[in-house]
Amino acid sequence: MATGAIRNMTGGEQFGALALALFGIFCLIIAGLTESGPYAFHMVVFALASTWAFRALIVRRYHGQGPEPDFIDGKPNYNFGPVKFSTVAAMFWGIAGFLVGLVIALQLAFPVLNLDMPWTNFGRLRPLHTSAVIFAFGGNVLLATSFYVVQRTCHARLAGDIAPWFVVLGYNLFIVIAGTGYLLGITQGKEYAEPEWYADLFLTVVWVVYLLVFLATIWKRKEPHIYVANWFYLGFIVTIAVLHLGNNATIPVSITSPKSYIVWSGVQDAMFQWWYGHNAVGFFLTAGFLAIMYYFIPKRAERPVYSYRLSIIHFWALIFLYIWAGPHHLHYTALPDWAQTLGMTFSIMLWMPSWGGMINGLMTLSGAWDKLRTDPVLRMMVVSVAFYGMSTFEGPLMSIKAVNSLSHYTDWTIGHVHSGALGWVGYVSFGAIYCLVPWLWKKERLYSNRLVEWHFWISTIGIVLYISAMWVSGIMQGLMWRAYTSLGYLEYSFIETVAAMHPYYVIRALGGGLFLAGALIMVFNLIMTVRAAPDVKATQPAPAPGLQPAE
Amino acid sequence: MSDISQTPAPKRSIWSRHKIFETNSIIMILGVLVVISIGGLVEIAPLFYLKSTIEKVDGMRPYTPLELAGRAIYVREGCYNCHSQMIRPLRDEVERYGPYSLAAESMYDKPFQWGSKRTGPDLARVGGKYSDDWHLQHLNTPRQIVPQSIMPGYPFLAKTDLEYGDIGTAMKVQSFTGIPYSAAMMESAIDDLRAQTDPDHPKAADFAKRYPKANVRDFDGNPQRITEADALIAYLQVLGTLVDFKTYDNKANLR
Repeated sequence: MATGAIRNMTGGEQFGALALALFGIFCLIIAGLTESGPYAFHMVVFALASTWAFRALIVRRYHGQGPEPDFIDGKPNYNFGPVKFSTVAAMFWGIAGFLVGLVIALQLAFPVLNLDMPWTNFGRLRPLHTSAVIFAFGGNVLLATSFYVVQRTCHARLAGDIAPWFVVLGYNLFIVIAGTGYLLGITQGKEYAEPEWYADLFLTVVWVVYLLVFLATIWKRKEPHIYVANWFYLGFIVTIAVLHLGNNATIPVSITSPKSYIVWSGVQDAMFQWWYGHNAVGFFLTAGFLAIMYYFIPKRAERPVYSYRLSIIHFWALIFLYIWAGPHHLHYTALPDWAQTLGMTFSIMLWMPSWGGMINGLMTLSGAWDKLRTDPVLRMMVVSVAFYGMSTFEGPLMSIKAVNSLSHYTDWTIGHVHSGALGWVGYVSFGAIYCLVPWLWKKERLYSNRLVEWHFWISTIGIVLYISAMWVSGIMQGLMWRAYTSLGYLEYSFIETVAAMHPYYVIRALGGGLFLAGALIMVFNLIMTVRAAPDVKATQPAPAPGLQPAE
Repeated sequence: MSDISQTPAPKRSIWSRHKIFETNSIIMILGVLVVISIGGLVEIAPLFYLKSTIEKVDGMRPYTPLELAGRAIYVREGCYNCHSQMIRPLRDEVERYGPYSLAAESMYDKPFQWGSKRTGPDLARVGGKYSDDWHLQHLNTPRQIVPQSIMPGYPFLAKTDLEYGDIGTAMKVQSFTGIPYSAAMMESAIDDLRAQTDPDHPKAADFAKRYPKANVRDFDGNPQRITEADALIAYLQVLGTLVDFKTYDNKANLR
């Protein structure tokens, strides 16, 4: 029977199964050879994952299942399985990431909570938090929405049979490898690029397949024009690939060692890192989520995008200017002044396309502003665009060298990041997921709009507490560091400035707790939507077709 | 379905030229690649050939095997999440931490550890500021030394034997990408690592020849074992101590 199943497989499936088998065996051999326990553990995880995938490929055929048609009765046969998976994964990792964030916020307020064990200390948990929220939560939101949007706007089934599943499952396996690695002490020591060489290589493969699936779906479109959201998704996917390769150019100590050393050193490495780091913000957390804005806000408001020309300017100006902004993370460091000045100049210019995008998003509501009163999901997305506007004003301000001399190294930066991360990325993601779940599970509506209201207000209070606490503590600490007595001595020892932070760290943790509470309400609402909300009636026409090309 | 490609544009405006990107995904991708390459190339490439990027200094040397192993622990524990290693040329920082950091001081750092946040103080010049014993106690139980500290404790470092079997290979990989380790340094890496923790080691003289002025002693107060605390403290004690500021000419770099 199993041989019959194999005989029914396409060439691609047979190749995939063979590759999985060889990869699994290879990983087991490495696991046996290495002296590093955590590395052996990771190799076993890889081997188990390939075994499972190998089995899944065969079992599918055994049950007589195979590739599905592109069209059924002349209508596109959308592939929403991977979208559903990523949507659920986004919420799972979101809760995990917010929870770890709350834990490390409490550790800063009450250091005894570090427990003084290797895998519970702040230094290992902080990368776990940042990766979980950016790459696990944000990444799955991007996967889910991009695979949904590209199908809808191209009126075509997602390209590939196994490939989309490889992308979503492979990406989440990468997350598991990265996250467990931090806890076990495997890290490159580069912020937001902590995963070691083997995880990076695996992610590279997944990312290339992601690009190919996305592109091949675009090639199946019927309209000649590619919808504006897809420009932003393409820009995000391509640029993240370039950044990932540049900042992770490492040489492993050996194939049996998890450790690697970066090709660049010192000041050049610093420039590479923040070229990567700032554009992880610019392309992962901005361009990708702007794509969400360009699909979900017009869709939800039932209005076309405000200005087609503005979207063209917004797109090209944003991606051109963003890439220059990295050196503002290195003001007054040993990076040459000319590079710092370039970074500052372009960061200030970046304010314009950022606000151009904000205006394009907000003005899309022209004629539909009344919906803000009745639709809390739309309100969440509109507030997210407002937060985007706020943090893209604050960013250029902080990139001015004189301001940066005060703000750098302080909590002001943390507050700035979180107004963008919680307010912009978080809210636009929540809005998109609140839209997606009823659409994907064919429900008429969400289980409860009142719970969305609760989520919105609780987390808004949380964000306000968080960012105001960080403004106060950041500016206060920056001023204390440079305070002089009348006799010309430094007024405060370093530890006095640490002690002064305590109340704000408590307030910040409270804010983070409220944000987490809001997200838990959301999870409950989504589960109840899938379980208890009324189904879309079969006689109803399918949801309105995808948006027209931006014109 | 409204196919706008079939309705002739009333006037050839500049906006209609954007059609080539909107209708061709490969041209769109090429456009993105060109646009994002410019900034990166202009800002990164010159750093590799402009001689003024890294100052000429006396005294810089690559890390000893023990310091390199200690640096790996610094990276592993994520110390960079709370400690910078970059003193800015601002009055208060120079008074608090010492001379501002030079690019030359991190030219052998893979990866750089300049950091982005000072939840704790800058460590660029922490070397020699405190005794080994202070560091050991402070790593074990930070709040017994500094009551208001919010640093996690690292009592497990002094209890864990250092793994250094592949330290020579690590140095080879580093030398392959520009760190000036000599053949002798890479071959005798393990002996050198042991010799740095033990002044009576038979190879101590060879070590001193290869790494002049390096700190040689038992760092964690336990001569029986070479622990992770040995390595980390050896690393901390060398930070910011290598460049000879008596001979450094800060005008030489101006042009």
